Amino acid sequence: MPPSKRDWRLSKKRMSKSIIVNFLRFIVLVFIQVFLLKNITSYNLSTPYLYILFILLLPFEVPNVLLFALAFILGITIDAFYDTPGLHTAACVVLAFVRILFISITVQKDGFDNEPEPTLSIMGFRWFITYAAVLTFVHHFFLINLEAFSLSQIEFTISRILLSSLFTVFLMLISGLIFYKRKERK
Amino acid sequence: MRNLLIFITKYNAFFLFIIFEVSALLIYIKYNSFQNASFVNSSNQVTGGLYARISEFKSYLSLKDNNDSLARENARLRNQLKSSLYADTLNKHKVSDTVYKQQYEYIVARVINNSTNRANNYLTINKGSKQGITKGIGVICNSGLVGKVVFVSDHFSVIQSLLHKDSQFSAMLATNKEIGYIQWSDEFNPHKGLLRDVSNNAVPKIGEKVVTSGYSLFPVGIPIGTISSLKTKGGGVSLNMDVALAVDFTKLQYVYVIVNKFAAEQTGLEAQQKKDE
Repeated sequence: MPPSKRDWRLSKKRMSKSIIVNFLRFIVLVFIQVFLLKNITSYNLSTPYLYILFILLLPFEVPNVLLFALAFILGITIDAFYDTPGLHTAACVVLAFVRILFISITVQKDGFDNEPEPTLSIMGFRWFITYAAVLTFVHHFFLINLEAFSLSQIEFTISRILLSSLFTVFLMLISGLIFYKRKERK
Repeated sequence: MRNLLIFITKYNAFFLFIIFEVSALLIYIKYNSFQNASFVNSSNQVTGGLYARISEFKSYLSLKDNNDSLARENARLRNQLKSSLYADTLNKHKVSDTVYKQQYEYIVARVINNSTNRANNYLTINKGSKQGITKGIGVICNSGLVGKVVFVSDHFSVIQSLLHKDSQFSAMLATNKEIGYIQWSDEFNPHKGLLRDVSNNAVPKIGEKVVTSGYSLFPVGIPIGTISSLKTKGGGVSLNMDVALAVDFTKLQYVYVIVNKFAAEQTGLEAQQKKDE
């Protein structure tokens, strides 16, 4: 049957494109994080962790197993450069779980065909900023608390979490605007 | 059984989360408690090589500072040369010197990765076990104490700097030799340390120098910093004081790894004593 075959070919083409895009995004984000953002901090309080944008921007259709595996690989790659085995990995896995919850609450399943990726240009400003803010906060909360692992410096830890989240979301919005594409109506 | 399978597939996200999260935390906890060399750190071939490449670029930016500090060190060493000392005796004859034996050997290395803004900070240097570096030895730079080596690969090593929750080195006040412990201050400030557990007999003054005691990995008298303020501790048995660190960890470029040639002999002897008790 020609039409279904064409559909299948089309989806295959889209999938291979999505794999290449995400692979490049992974490498670029890890490079930016490790060689640029790692050296940036203001008053030891605000450190951006932009690399989590990779998990945020994975397509909606990605199966849960793959999502967790990618989060794990991303975390362990960052850990290798930061010399903290397990720390970023644990935070990234939490992030992946929260992503699944957030998307299942806010996005209808049948909308996946038109909206392949949760980017700023496809999903709109309001949805994206809520999505980015919630997920970034959860990730930073887990990461910084696990790193400090004590309640003795609680004010310091909380201000670090809030300011770092602010910085990260700001960078995410900037990168979203740089790659902004006018929504294509089909 | 069937119902259980349906249940698991329905909530697969949750179960996958548990599996991945537990394995991540296991890696984290295992690494923290045993400090065993794992492959996930910046001394492996890939990450170490990348860091070395980037650090080469970055070193151009601070050439001037480095030149200044090297020139200063050169001048200091030149002052110690025999040729720059005035001999006030005339009869010179050569004596083959058997009193002194080289105990500490210094290996110079370049810092290729550095961090100061986290709760636990590490440095990576471009020398490794091929150059004679082993795990657990001390590292200094020309202005003072830096930390100790925790991981070694063939060409790279990772140093746990003084700016680390678990770093603690034996230190003393330079003038009256009262012993204490130096560690990082609780405020995550890369320029501040805390000298703990100094005996009450000491009368420390603000501005007094703090140096290594010679009881740990370092030779005696390596500068650590100067006392910036005094703190009283709850019990009043011992004194704590804030130390302004001599080393600027944010600008480290070259460090010296100290190989103590008698370390094996000393630890062997001490282990024997422990066994006897």
